[in-house]
Amino acid sequence: MEVGQLQRQLVDYTASLYNEGFLDDQFTQLQQLQDESNPDFVVEVVSLFFEDSEKLLNELARVLDQQAVDFRRIDAHVHQLKGSSSSIGAQRVKNVCIAFRNFCEEQNVEGCLKCLQNVKHEYSLVKNKLETLFRLEQQILAAGGSIPMME
Amino acid sequence: MAVSYSSSSSKEMDYGEEPHVLAVDDSLIDRKLIEKLLKNSACKVTTAENGPRALEYLGLGDEQPDNLKSSASKINLIITDYCMPGMTGYELLKKIKESSTMKEIPVVIMSSENIPTRINKCLEEGAQEFMLKPLQQSDVKKLRCHMLKFSKPCNSRLCLGR
Repeated sequence: MEVGQLQRQLVDYTASLYNEGFLDDQFTQLQQLQDESNPDFVVEVVSLFFEDSEKLLNELARVLDQQAVDFRRIDAHVHQLKGSSSSIGAQRVKNVCIAFRNFCEEQNVEGCLKCLQNVKHEYSLVKNKLETLFRLEQQILAAGGSIPMME
Repeated sequence: MAVSYSSSSSKEMDYGEEPHVLAVDDSLIDRKLIEKLLKNSACKVTTAENGPRALEYLGLGDEQPDNLKSSASKINLIITDYCMPGMTGYELLKKIKESSTMKEIPVVIMSSENIPTRINKCLEEGAQEFMLKPLQQSDVKKLRCHMLKFSKPCNSRLCLGR
């Protein structure tokens, strides 16, 4: 595929991620922070988010599986996940975390389990989408083109 | 005891003209973000992952004598997250304000939560400003007026009111 086509594909794909609520303005902020001194900034930060999230999701599953559920622990983990998803602009993940914390406060195990399923789902969706985005960017660069900046 | 901080300068030559900011946050992602935001505003940045580490860097650690001359004497601004395990940003703020050597350094508190009682508590304790996370470049630009000029040892506020 030639560069122009790839670039259009990227622009359209990125726009859809915003339109569908997967990403919000914070992701744009992240992209704007990237420059020649830090050309991989976005990928680096997003990779940290992936690592961090996977650990947190595993921990959450473990804690919710206990006989006596430690809600304070759950809240601490969800707070962390909410923070990191918010920082990179992963809007849908962040929103599930907000609901998750409410169930925590109510000490509602059922609600928490549902939210855990939701957040895992949203996380895997956004991970997929971002990996596709990065792949498209790589293809453009490999074909000698430059990444179009989103408005 | 092994301690690790991370310091980095912007592209400009360091003649001691760049303000030096100490950024404290338990989230690695947020540390990376704040560091980049500050570097983009021509600041030298040192990050610490918690309150005790920040205090050690400032020469205020438990094991350190008060008159220890540390590299921290040239910190122009401290920006810290509020919610941190162990010592919160508020507790860190208090310790800094209690120190004869460090109390003049402006401290900015960041939080992902907009809780008025929390904000007031911090401002009353002497925080310069309270900012909502995630921070943006425009927020960081505003911080420059708070940074203590180390060339002028005076007590006046550089930024009058908000």
